[in-house]
Amino acid sequence: MTGKDARKGLWIAFFVLPGLAVVFTIILLPLFMSLFNSLFSWNQLLRGDFVGLGNFRKVFATEPYRTRFFNAIGNNLTWFLVTMLVQNSLGLFFGYLLSRRVPGHEFFKRVIFIPVLFSIVAVGFLWGLYLRPNGLFNGFLKLLGAGSLQRAWLGDENLATFSIIAVNIWRWVGFPSLVFLAAIDNVPVECLEAAYLDGAKEGTIFRRIILPLIVPSITVITVLTIIGSLNVFEQIFTMTGLDGSPNFSTDTIGTLFYRTAFGSVDSGNPEIGVGSAIGVVIYALTFGASILSIATLNRKEVEL
Amino acid sequence: MRFKRSALVLLLALLALGTLVAQTTTLNFWTWRPEDTDAYNKLIAVFEKANPGIDVVLTAQKNTEYNTILSAALAGGSGPDVFQSRAYGGLETFAQSGYMEPLEKWVPELKAFDKAPLRGATSIKDGKVYGVPFASQTLFIYYNKAIYKQLGLSVPETWDQFLANLQAMKKAGVLPLANGGKDGWTLEVLQGAICPNFYGANDFFDAVMTGKANFQDPRYVGAIAKLKELTPFMPDLFMGVSYTDMQSSFINELAGHFIGGSFEAGYFSAQNPKLEYDVFPAPVAKKGDKPFVSVYADGNFSMNAGSKNKDAAAKFLKFLAGKTTGDFFIKDLKQVSAVPGADTSTSPYIQKVLSLQKNNTPYIMLVGFRYQQPTGSVLLQAALQGFMAGKFDAAEVGRQVQEGLATWHAPFQKK
Repeated sequence: MTGKDARKGLWIAFFVLPGLAVVFTIILLPLFMSLFNSLFSWNQLLRGDFVGLGNFRKVFATEPYRTRFFNAIGNNLTWFLVTMLVQNSLGLFFGYLLSRRVPGHEFFKRVIFIPVLFSIVAVGFLWGLYLRPNGLFNGFLKLLGAGSLQRAWLGDENLATFSIIAVNIWRWVGFPSLVFLAAIDNVPVECLEAAYLDGAKEGTIFRRIILPLIVPSITVITVLTIIGSLNVFEQIFTMTGLDGSPNFSTDTIGTLFYRTAFGSVDSGNPEIGVGSAIGVVIYALTFGASILSIATLNRKEVEL
Repeated sequence: MRFKRSALVLLLALLALGTLVAQTTTLNFWTWRPEDTDAYNKLIAVFEKANPGIDVVLTAQKNTEYNTILSAALAGGSGPDVFQSRAYGGLETFAQSGYMEPLEKWVPELKAFDKAPLRGATSIKDGKVYGVPFASQTLFIYYNKAIYKQLGLSVPETWDQFLANLQAMKKAGVLPLANGGKDGWTLEVLQGAICPNFYGANDFFDAVMTGKANFQDPRYVGAIAKLKELTPFMPDLFMGVSYTDMQSSFINELAGHFIGGSFEAGYFSAQNPKLEYDVFPAPVAKKGDKPFVSVYADGNFSMNAGSKNKDAAAKFLKFLAGKTTGDFFIKDLKQVSAVPGADTSTSPYIQKVLSLQKNNTPYIMLVGFRYQQPTGSVLLQAALQGFMAGKFDAAEVGRQVQEGLATWHAPFQKK
């Protein structure tokens, strides 16, 4: 029996080790490296003395780092709230419509999903062009006779973050739509039929039967939204740049981290220690938020 | 038999090729100027011809990612032998990390260089020179000569004359100013071009460097406030206008002025050879005042301290510090070369820039306040975006800059 077990173990190792090696070198190792780096003071690109939690104290309690950090976190929160409210509600709505087999649903299913396949950088670049003051979007508004609504979408402090979020929703809404569609399609037909026979209205069925049964999908989408909102970077980088321009209104912990750790050409030098500390905070937040949301949402799940 | 002989010939040929390859030293050379790749390759060809056995391989990285890629490569031990390096605070990052070779003993030509460009290649910590300065940049105002002629305008000297010219263009339906505010650094450039004549140029610079004045000084706040007078002449929704939008409207002759740096000229001419433009220094407050222009060292060529081909790299750097390179910068790149004695006769434009440079002042944040975080540039760019968008006034710009710099600029701390 030992021989057989050993062989089995070897086979398992054979299949698992390559994956583990990749995860270790490109995920775990950098993670611990940044934790390690965050505990030292840095003279430009050289590691200096051990400073314990000094870099973390800078991020949370010393000006100007503190203002920048909480401003960035605030924007991440905006990303989460708007994405959750608008994108995921839209996704649920589209998923529901598609599941009711509205006319042309096969066509719409594909159309909604196409932008998900686009490269995030290409989307950011193109929408950056569309949202210029004399770009497509403002031209379209003028065509509709709504010229007074024209704005500097990416240059206005009050609008820039929302403009980027809107573009991201356009790109990504197909994903929750399809997840919800699949979930709703999986709701047992008997349940729905029974409800119809009992005279339940469409709204009631959605609220009382469909919604409780798709909680696992809502959990998944929520967790992904939290993680996505904490890690948002490329969209901002391609549309307004690393500096959180204008006036830090689009800064997130992702751009703040990049700028702090690696420096920004036109404005600043790298601070690797503080940057690593921000990186560790991002990791801790992502990890914590995922655990918390899975734990709380699991309780709402209904088993048939 | 015949097979054996041909195999022998092949083997000999391979051996010969092998020794040839072994004799060649390959120098990796990095720049942040993908747009100048063709021009640089021409220059490299001249060097390679004069130095057989050295093969220079040029790699151009995207400007905005250059520092990241370079620092990662140097830290990982795979960096280029010779590379473009930033001036001032950007030099300090690499010099103090030990990635740059001090060049005094390798490149004696540096002794002949002017002090102003050398300042950008010298570490403020140890006073050693870590780069061969390649160009200086000057900030001023470009204007479209054809539009000026058509509207019968003359080059302004005072601020009021300048505003009158802008007004005349606006009336004629021409966009007076190409400048926008989406990219914060273009606002810092705007400040660098316009404000010195209002804050008192070198006197004020020396005063803030030594802590005798600060950025809440009425001179500086008043100078910043002047920028607001330009907003009626900027494009509609100018806060959404990016650097590339600015360039394209001036290149396509849609805008009458472009407030920017001497580094634009090469690109302007390459994109639209028919574009007739000239430059003038930012206008002064009252007639008779001498206009100042902000000047800074653009960058340097540096040697990787860990390079395995230091002798070849030094040869290349000496070449980059020489007249051939100086002439090349002026003729092919339209840049104001830092090489002493470079030939300016081919370019009336460079001669003009050099004549403007006679009355120069340091580009304030880059030269003086980019050594630690938050840099003066970070603070000023963000604050100017808030100010130009109308969120707050010039006094608040001064306050934000002052408060941020006081966290590290020692002369601002003692009180």
